[in-house]
Amino acid sequence: MKNHNISFRLNGEKVAISVEPNDVLLDVLRGKLGIKSPKVGCDRGDCGTCTILMNGRTVRSCLALAAEADGAEIVTLEGANTTRKWTQKLQKKFHEKNAFQCGFCAPGVILSATELLEKNPKASTHDIKEAIAGNLCRCTGYEPIVEAIEETVKGK
Amino acid sequence: MPIATEFEYVKPKDMDEALHVFSLYREKARALAGGTDLVVHLKEGLARPEVVVDIKALPELAGLEFKGGTLRIGALATFTDLIESAAVKASFPVLWEAALTVASTGVRNRATVAGNICSAVPSADSAPALAVYEAVVLVRGLQGARSVPIGEWFTGPKKTALQPDELVVAVEMKAPPKKHGGCYMKLSRYEGEDLAQGGIAALAFADNTYRIAACALGPKPGRCPAAEAALTGAKLGPKVLEAAKAALLGEISPITDIRSSKEYRVHMAQVMLERALQSAVARLFGKGPKYGSENIC
Repeated sequence: MKNHNISFRLNGEKVAISVEPNDVLLDVLRGKLGIKSPKVGCDRGDCGTCTILMNGRTVRSCLALAAEADGAEIVTLEGANTTRKWTQKLQKKFHEKNAFQCGFCAPGVILSATELLEKNPKASTHDIKEAIAGNLCRCTGYEPIVEAIEETVKGK
Repeated sequence: MPIATEFEYVKPKDMDEALHVFSLYREKARALAGGTDLVVHLKEGLARPEVVVDIKALPELAGLEFKGGTLRIGALATFTDLIESAAVKASFPVLWEAALTVASTGVRNRATVAGNICSAVPSADSAPALAVYEAVVLVRGLQGARSVPIGEWFTGPKKTALQPDELVVAVEMKAPPKKHGGCYMKLSRYEGEDLAQGGIAALAFADNTYRIAACALGPKPGRCPAAEAALTGAKLGPKVLEAAKAALLGEISPITDIRSSKEYRVHMAQVMLERALQSAVARLFGKGPKYGSENIC
């Protein structure tokens, strides 16, 4: 297999790296670039714990080849925290509402909520549930997560 | 999980180059757009290509455009693109409604309509809507271009009319000439992210003609001409509905799988047909539930 030299912006910084054609973006982020907020969950696009922002949209990084990231703007929770308007507000509210227990799903949920509020700062409860429908949480029963996002919308 | 299969990755910048790769490698080449099916298949060893062709740099495949009454969904247009299109919502509301039911936001941001019909699983959510809008699939190969009506596109479970040396360029459809109301009704195990246990799309026109299509209720998604014929010319009422349900049962052949039993599907197909038609007719007259809000679960 022929390696590909790719470069992209990762949390605002330029990254250049050589990847194999069958490298998965999630594995490169975690294994080679030390970005640990996206997790390896179902590894087939169902659970949402590997969520990252790619060119401003939430994407399953377990379903992207690393080579596809060439030229992209990638933001993970590590970077969204300081660069995206809603992320830190959401994190504070999640903390306050105890909206996670083990925390495994939290980076994905917070990025999904970040994308939602960037598109629709007045999101309804229905919009919120729809936006996080692809992020599975096995601890909380979702209620505190939905409440945390609702309260972020209301600016409480 | 790493991918065990070894392959080369290419990202052609022009169509000719891409078509040459498909012509040379045929079944050993796989097109990569959103990757939401392909990467899963690569991981599970269900796809073992020698070359993966990333088609995202091909300008001919880009865009979503509504011009002169025709909607052109470029092969790279995602379900999110459909959902965010005011033209799709206004002129093809059933396709818009179906797009909302596909997986989850993080998948819809990458998954393409063209990819959905190329994967051609019996439960493809876009398929019933494309069928009732009588879409045409535009494909290109080195030998030239051709268009395949959606009714001839699906040839079996995960099988299509696409030849190994061809690439889907776009899916096109004309807005129905008459005003319509419609509905895509999806049965799933829970609200949120799930594949369809069954899906029914219905269009209703003021002259009492109807278009009906189904997914996940047989080996391939598609129109239900017998159910349509049972309804034609009639105002929707209990008698015609019973006739349409009986006709529908003659043209679906659901199976038992992990998501549902055959018997449940047979029962629910009739319930869904009735509710989809009732919503379609109500919406035709500006009533009924808002598009995007109707679902059985």
